[in-house]
Amino acid sequence: LSIRPVLSDPEKQRGRSAAVAIAALVIAAGIPLWWKTTETYRAWLPAARIGELEALQLELRVEVEVVFARGTLSPEQQKKVPASRITYESCCKSKSLCLVEADHALHTLTETSCGSVVIYIIPEASALLPQDMRVYVGRSRTALLRSQVASVVGAGLPEVLAALDPQMEQVLQTMSFNHQDVTAALTDRLRPGLSTRDSLADSMRAFKSSPGYEITFSLLNPDPKHHQLHWDVEAALDAYIYPLLHKMAPVANFSVDSQILYYAVLGVNPRYDASASAYTLSADSLAHVINPVEARLGSNAASSNPVLNFLLYVPDSLHSPLIIRNDQKQEVASNAFHSPRWGGIMVYNVDGAYGNDTQFPVDIAIDMSRVMGVFLSQLRLMLGFQQTGAPPGFVLEAAGREGVAEWELDRLLWSRSVENVATASASITSLAQLLDQIANIVINDNIAQQVASAVTALQAAVAELEAGNLALALEHSREAISASERAFFDPSLLHLLYFPDDQKFAIYIPLFLPMCVPILLSLLKIFREVQQHRAEKRAKRD
Amino acid sequence: MPNIIAVVCASYGLAQSVCDGEDLPARAERFFRSDHTNNWAVLVCTSRFWFNYRHVANTLSVYRSVKRLGIPDSHIVLMLADDMACNHRNPKPATVFSHKNMELNVYGDDVEVDYRGYEVTVENFLRVLTGRLPPSTPRSKRLLSDDHSNILIYLTGHGGNGFLKFQDSEEISNVELADAFEQMWQKRRYNELLFIIDTCQGASMYERFYSPNLMALASSQVGEDSLSHQPDLAIGVHLMDRYTFYLLEFLEDIHPASQANMNDLFKVCPKSQCVSTPGHRTDLFQRDPGSVLITDFFGSVRKVEITMETINLTVPGIPLERFGGEPHTETALAYVDQLPVAQIIHQKPKQKDWHPPDGFILGLWTLILLVFFRTYGIKHLKHIF
Repeated sequence: LSIRPVLSDPEKQRGRSAAVAIAALVIAAGIPLWWKTTETYRAWLPAARIGELEALQLELRVEVEVVFARGTLSPEQQKKVPASRITYESCCKSKSLCLVEADHALHTLTETSCGSVVIYIIPEASALLPQDMRVYVGRSRTALLRSQVASVVGAGLPEVLAALDPQMEQVLQTMSFNHQDVTAALTDRLRPGLSTRDSLADSMRAFKSSPGYEITFSLLNPDPKHHQLHWDVEAALDAYIYPLLHKMAPVANFSVDSQILYYAVLGVNPRYDASASAYTLSADSLAHVINPVEARLGSNAASSNPVLNFLLYVPDSLHSPLIIRNDQKQEVASNAFHSPRWGGIMVYNVDGAYGNDTQFPVDIAIDMSRVMGVFLSQLRLMLGFQQTGAPPGFVLEAAGREGVAEWELDRLLWSRSVENVATASASITSLAQLLDQIANIVINDNIAQQVASAVTALQAAVAELEAGNLALALEHSREAISASERAFFDPSLLHLLYFPDDQKFAIYIPLFLPMCVPILLSLLKIFREVQQHRAEKRAKRD
Repeated sequence: MPNIIAVVCASYGLAQSVCDGEDLPARAERFFRSDHTNNWAVLVCTSRFWFNYRHVANTLSVYRSVKRLGIPDSHIVLMLADDMACNHRNPKPATVFSHKNMELNVYGDDVEVDYRGYEVTVENFLRVLTGRLPPSTPRSKRLLSDDHSNILIYLTGHGGNGFLKFQDSEEISNVELADAFEQMWQKRRYNELLFIIDTCQGASMYERFYSPNLMALASSQVGEDSLSHQPDLAIGVHLMDRYTFYLLEFLEDIHPASQANMNDLFKVCPKSQCVSTPGHRTDLFQRDPGSVLITDFFGSVRKVEITMETINLTVPGIPLERFGGEPHTETALAYVDQLPVAQIIHQKPKQKDWHPPDGFILGLWTLILLVFFRTYGIKHLKHIF
């Protein structure tokens, strides 16, 4: 016996329309509302331009100006040369002094922009270069190349140029960049094993491109009772280090500080060598010197820039003099060593400054020019100026007081620009890939803006590299890399919640199923009734 | 054993030097044997509460070994989820022991904990790994590694099949960890990474790794529990987990110049000692584990080069030009006023904005009024309105 409520027709109709209305509301308003309120905000990213970045083709162009001196070309060849230039003044006795002066005079003749190279071809018989030297590279962007084609008579201009080509290419590879430099700069995006041992050592030694560096000069005095050390580090920095850092201003910001540490000892015990009557540190023990000292050095807590440390260690009176020996047990002239990507340590012996019966503590003024000579060369290595391996027949003028020659700086700028472009494009493409893969990450407007500006700056940098404007290319590449790093390392891009699909179902089913079941069942019931009604109508008609 | 290895290295180096014409044979070979220039360590203990003393002791003993072998505090990110040394239940305050009978205090007196207590969360851990920290984070809380850094990551706590529990309230899954490592690889934040995990079913955490140059060790396989080593009756809790106990014993024999390699590390704590089966994974690692030194990850042996070239700056006769213009006179320096007392004492009281009375006060007064009128009758209402 089952009791069913008997509904009259209008009531049934009302019931049906109510069910249909609710179902319509749920479907038409509810589902879009739920979809909209549970979607994550993702700002638009220029996906097409980022896709172009993946297959990035870099073209590097160097502007070369070739100047033929008087006597290198025959008159008819001279007529074919597009523009004519005035030659240098010949000068006096001493060759090397003359060479520098000539270089300086030539430098004032032409205005060289960043990245360009000027090659002066001088006649073979010229007395300016020593006999066995073919090329002289000066401190600015000029090179003197001794031509060997003047003897060829009757040759046309194209042959002369063709004969000069390999020599000029060698000059350019020394002064601008060669295949190994570019490969080393692109190590981020290349498979390992493509770079040679030398370039691997160079890339391990020099710091990677970073918007800023911190340089700390520390004086370690383990024996303040005996040695009262005075070092005029501010003046020395002004005179020797700041010129170099000022020249490197387009590359990165530098912040320099100095400190004096008392009672700081090296972690290794030096051995006394009676033959040299000095204490020695062998090359093997040098690796263990740095770690105990590093704990006491400190660093600027406010910035995350890489730190270069230059330590000047004055041995205590009991262990003076202290000399460093290399693997062959020979004394090292500089008495200094450096560690890749960390900095350098120099040992400065002061035992010669006083005798046995002086009143302790002794006032000692440290010879900063000697110290800075070592630190400057270590700093150059750390910053990326490679040890110059001059090809045979080349004379490379040492930079000396200025710290770095302009063509050396250009070399660094080339590799830095390429490195920045490679790193920035790698960051952007991997970020785009990450954001694509994970649908849950919110992409804020500022990230989209950073990515867009990074892509624009990257394309500008590549265009400038193709055009040969090195300074502009470097600027754009720095912009690109800082924008891409900011976008990649934005704290809001944290994909924290890993939702497998079954978890999603487990969350939604208890919420929606109890609500949807009655709606669906009532819709089904209405549908069946309508069908039945239609069937009855058809039966009635027939 | 070490002698044979040294001889082999030297002879290989000599052969190389003949080819390259270098004059530093064995040194050059050592230089290129591994690609790293610095070492970092991220040591995480994820459990809180006193009865998880052993997890803090695990982490601190690895910290101690790593510091002893040369990695400085500035290159270690130490995350401890709870403070055992200064816990109220610690009968010996300021100590954390790893051997029973209180033989070895791993807390020491120069511990630098970077993330402590409730700061140890899955989010902070992933932020440290991927580098996505807010700009105000100090240097000591960041992992500032570069493409030539070898990183050691040690995790310990309670885990399960595919997850590790943080702070008893959240978990990190193996997929998230693998994704974090891939993010690190994309930005070349490591050269090689050694991942050690000491939890139950620890091998499940490295199953999902897919980035190159990763080597992983776990204390137990999927389905097995990692067991603790020994309780101390005076302290009342288990002091260490077995795997880390034998790992610490192994590391105590390593010194900075040691030539022990990873194959020795894989043999630490066999099933007879550990009851669980330790596992390891090296298929993503490019070098042969037998050529990887323990000190490549646990220590910090710096590569060193002698400075051969110097720049001759002592040229007599040329005066030193000052770069910044004329020399500035020494001005007497004074400290900035650290505590502006005058400003504090004479501070005017801040004007507080007026807020309408909130619901509680309104409800309370309504209740009082209702009770009054109900007791004494509604006729008193005319006195109000």
